[in-house]
Amino acid sequence: MKKYETVIGLEVHVELATKTKIFCGCPTQFGGKPNTHTCPVCTGMPGSLPVLNKKVVEYAMAVGLATNCEINRNCRFDRKNYFYPDNPQDYQISQLYEPICLNGHVNINVDGYEKKVRIHEIHMEEDAGKLIHDELKDGSLIDFNRSGVPLIEIVSEPDMSSADEVIAYLETLRTTIQYLGASDCKLQEGSMRADVNLSVREAGSDKLGTRTEMKNLNSFKAIARAIENERNRQIVIIEDGGQVIQETRRWDDNKEESYSMRSKEDAQDYRYFPDPDLPGIFISREWIDEIKQREPEFKAARQERYISEYGIPKGDADIITDSKKMADIFEEASALCNSPKKIANWLIGDTIRLLKEHDMDPDDIKFSPENLAKLVKLTEEGTINSSVATEVFEKVFADNIDPESYVKEKGLAQVNDESALRDTVQKVIDENPQSVEDYRGGKEKALGFLVGQTMKAMGGKANPGLVNKLLKELL
Amino acid sequence: MSLTDLTATELGKRIKEGKVTAVDAAKESLENIKEKDKGLNAFVTLADEAGVIKRAEEVQRQIEDGSLTGPLAGVPVALKDNLCTKGLRTTCASKILSNFVPPYSATAVENLEKAGAVIIGKTNMDEFAMGSTSETSFFGAVKNPHDAERVTGGSSGGSAAAVAAGEVAYALGTDTGGSIRQPSAYCGVTGIKPTYGTVSRNGLIAYASSLDQIGPIAKDVTDCAAILEAIASYDTKDSTSVKRDDTDFTSALGGDVKGLKIGIPNDYFGEGLDEEVGTAVLAAADTLKEMGAEVERFDLGLVHYAVPAYYIIASAEASSNLSRFDGVKYGYRAKDYEGLHQMYKRSRSEGFGEEVKRRIMLGTFALSSGYYDAYYMKALKTKALIKQAFDKAFEEYDVILGPVAPTVAPRLGESLIDPIKMYLGDIYTVSANLAGLPAISLPCGVNSRGLPIGLQLTGNCFNEKTIIKAAFAFERKYGESIKPGGEEA
Repeated sequence: MKKYETVIGLEVHVELATKTKIFCGCPTQFGGKPNTHTCPVCTGMPGSLPVLNKKVVEYAMAVGLATNCEINRNCRFDRKNYFYPDNPQDYQISQLYEPICLNGHVNINVDGYEKKVRIHEIHMEEDAGKLIHDELKDGSLIDFNRSGVPLIEIVSEPDMSSADEVIAYLETLRTTIQYLGASDCKLQEGSMRADVNLSVREAGSDKLGTRTEMKNLNSFKAIARAIENERNRQIVIIEDGGQVIQETRRWDDNKEESYSMRSKEDAQDYRYFPDPDLPGIFISREWIDEIKQREPEFKAARQERYISEYGIPKGDADIITDSKKMADIFEEASALCNSPKKIANWLIGDTIRLLKEHDMDPDDIKFSPENLAKLVKLTEEGTINSSVATEVFEKVFADNIDPESYVKEKGLAQVNDESALRDTVQKVIDENPQSVEDYRGGKEKALGFLVGQTMKAMGGKANPGLVNKLLKELL
Repeated sequence: MSLTDLTATELGKRIKEGKVTAVDAAKESLENIKEKDKGLNAFVTLADEAGVIKRAEEVQRQIEDGSLTGPLAGVPVALKDNLCTKGLRTTCASKILSNFVPPYSATAVENLEKAGAVIIGKTNMDEFAMGSTSETSFFGAVKNPHDAERVTGGSSGGSAAAVAAGEVAYALGTDTGGSIRQPSAYCGVTGIKPTYGTVSRNGLIAYASSLDQIGPIAKDVTDCAAILEAIASYDTKDSTSVKRDDTDFTSALGGDVKGLKIGIPNDYFGEGLDEEVGTAVLAAADTLKEMGAEVERFDLGLVHYAVPAYYIIASAEASSNLSRFDGVKYGYRAKDYEGLHQMYKRSRSEGFGEEVKRRIMLGTFALSSGYYDAYYMKALKTKALIKQAFDKAFEEYDVILGPVAPTVAPRLGESLIDPIKMYLGDIYTVSANLAGLPAISLPCGVNSRGLPIGLQLTGNCFNEKTIIKAAFAFERKYGESIKPGGEEA
């Protein structure tokens, strides 16, 4: 078999975190009763007119500036005409001719090498409503709550060649956009959606193969599987002497296969034209500067700072800064208890473990930096030992409890009273003559057993260092 | 003298003086409509009578307690049926919206209500404002009060006829390519299309968004100025709305036209113009000259490109604007269909009339991939050139004077046979829409059959006051407007 290389470009839709919709004052809030976050504008009532939400332009500009784009200072909206019931006007207001951001790039890191992925454009548009099939009445119902929620579409050049690169690119975009506060970028919930354009070609060829567009990719894992699958599917077709058809395909992650949605021949003519209801947007230099000035400290800069300022290892700083939420907790908690390394350990250790166990994102973290700082203080002061601390942390993670009052309430404070401990230790020695003999015979392990027995007798609250010391002394 | 012979501001004055009440005015208007509208078909929907009386009583109270003081307080009004009225059916004279009751009112309608207007009903029109005769309505053609065999013009034919026949003292129309001015001319009444952006389009069911403007149709220039003053507003619900601090249009009523520079485009007096119309319009120019205006002929240029550019731009926008009428959310849905696509096709095929379908197809074609540059882009460039030609003309002149339409009102049924000919009839009016200019249409004579002839005065953007002043001066000189029946007053 010949050697093939994969060429991948991405279209990424990101739902912006504005409070109101792009062209009306309705809330963007997720989860309201159907058709309660609607008005004549976002339900396409006759005579209603769109009025642009300025915040959408600012978020789009912020993402563009953070991804090294040029800002198109005279951008405007176009209508994309197509009939579908979730599209109340039967046209979508989008940008084709003059998108807001052009010619950008991001640098991604994959397995130790750096790569530049170019961004062709970023444009603003409105989301559609949601169709719900009513099984009982065998009909379809429409919920327009999502209709008019602002989106940006980030269109990359075909600069990626593997699933790892695609995921690195998406993670870079996600982190950047999250740091900007422009979106929460959750793939599962659809606030970040990626369509993968993929083609293969013989290694070394400079001619692009025929590409397909893959939709319905709801997780990084699905994206990786779909890329692998589509690459192989196309190679098999070519190896068999066939031709890849330019088409849109839908990924079924349960079956781990894709199927054709529509071919290029069925592609609709969207008859784009400038929306006469929306005048062009003039973006002044001052406005661009203002957005630039508001730019937060991004991941890379924070990572550097955590290494140099707090002495956090590079790998740990990388994990913490992956999520702005976690990075913020790190900084605030460190400021409160002055033990950044211990805070970092809780975050990259138990926090990451619990997030994985509960299938959660760092953005879903509920505990406050204050309570994490209190927990660290309790361990540092020796009020609780490490096994109790782990137990308390699980409570902090689950319910954001106040560790100080919790420890007090549950009587979890460590026993540091030497005389109280001495009696228990003596009792353990008396009850375990065999282990005592083993220890004295040179078996160090036997000491561990005796420590364990003592801790058990103390209900886990004994200071382990003190137990050790007393055992050695009494033996 | 019957109340319905009064102009809107005269009626408003009498109500304010306590000589009549808003309730009397509303009742008389309703009576008149009952009596006359069977022959005219000017109305599509009348407001519920009890509701109208209740509203008139409320307005009367507010006039009496001094909270309503404007010149239109208590005066009944008719609204073109493409203006959304909360709770009152709004059809655009189309089957597809024949059951549509809007959940909100257009900003212009709200502005009128704040001024104390009593809404009597919704007037007939060409379906979706597409047409120049008011014959394409799903509810049947409107008849001209001057001659029931003739059309009223369009598309605001119902509004023009209702005013001309004295059913109401004034009405609102909309003008995309002449739809206020041309029926005003055919019916012998006065109408203004304001500068684009002066009156909010919020709640106006769009035909061609970049050209549509709402404006008054009334018995004289004074009324038009007062009505425009009431409906003009900067509206945050319309992104094309313009902030203006010069909408006190009634302040332009008066003064003389001495030194006013009036240009007459030679291009408007060529082939296709009816001789009697041309003579009446030039006579009006002479009248203004006698009054001290400086009148001059000049070459405007590009006139013959205006109609094709207009029909491409308007149809292109319409093809997209009218997509939302799909049978899904409101309006007419076909009874029998299988699946979504058939539902769309049948609802739209059955719901839209011929002229609307023609323009949707024309516009869809103009925007199609491969044709966009040749048609739509070229039309936009032509539009820009036409605007430039007017900019140049307004460096020389304050007002451009010309006919409103090449002929008087044609006979019913004559125009629809040849749509191209009908489209060419818009030659004098579409340019004001393409260039966003204000223009007024007012009576300047009648032909040998006693049919009204209109005079059009066009001003530069935001210069409504200039054309109002000139029109007011001419109107006073010319005398009373023409009464139904065809006798010259």
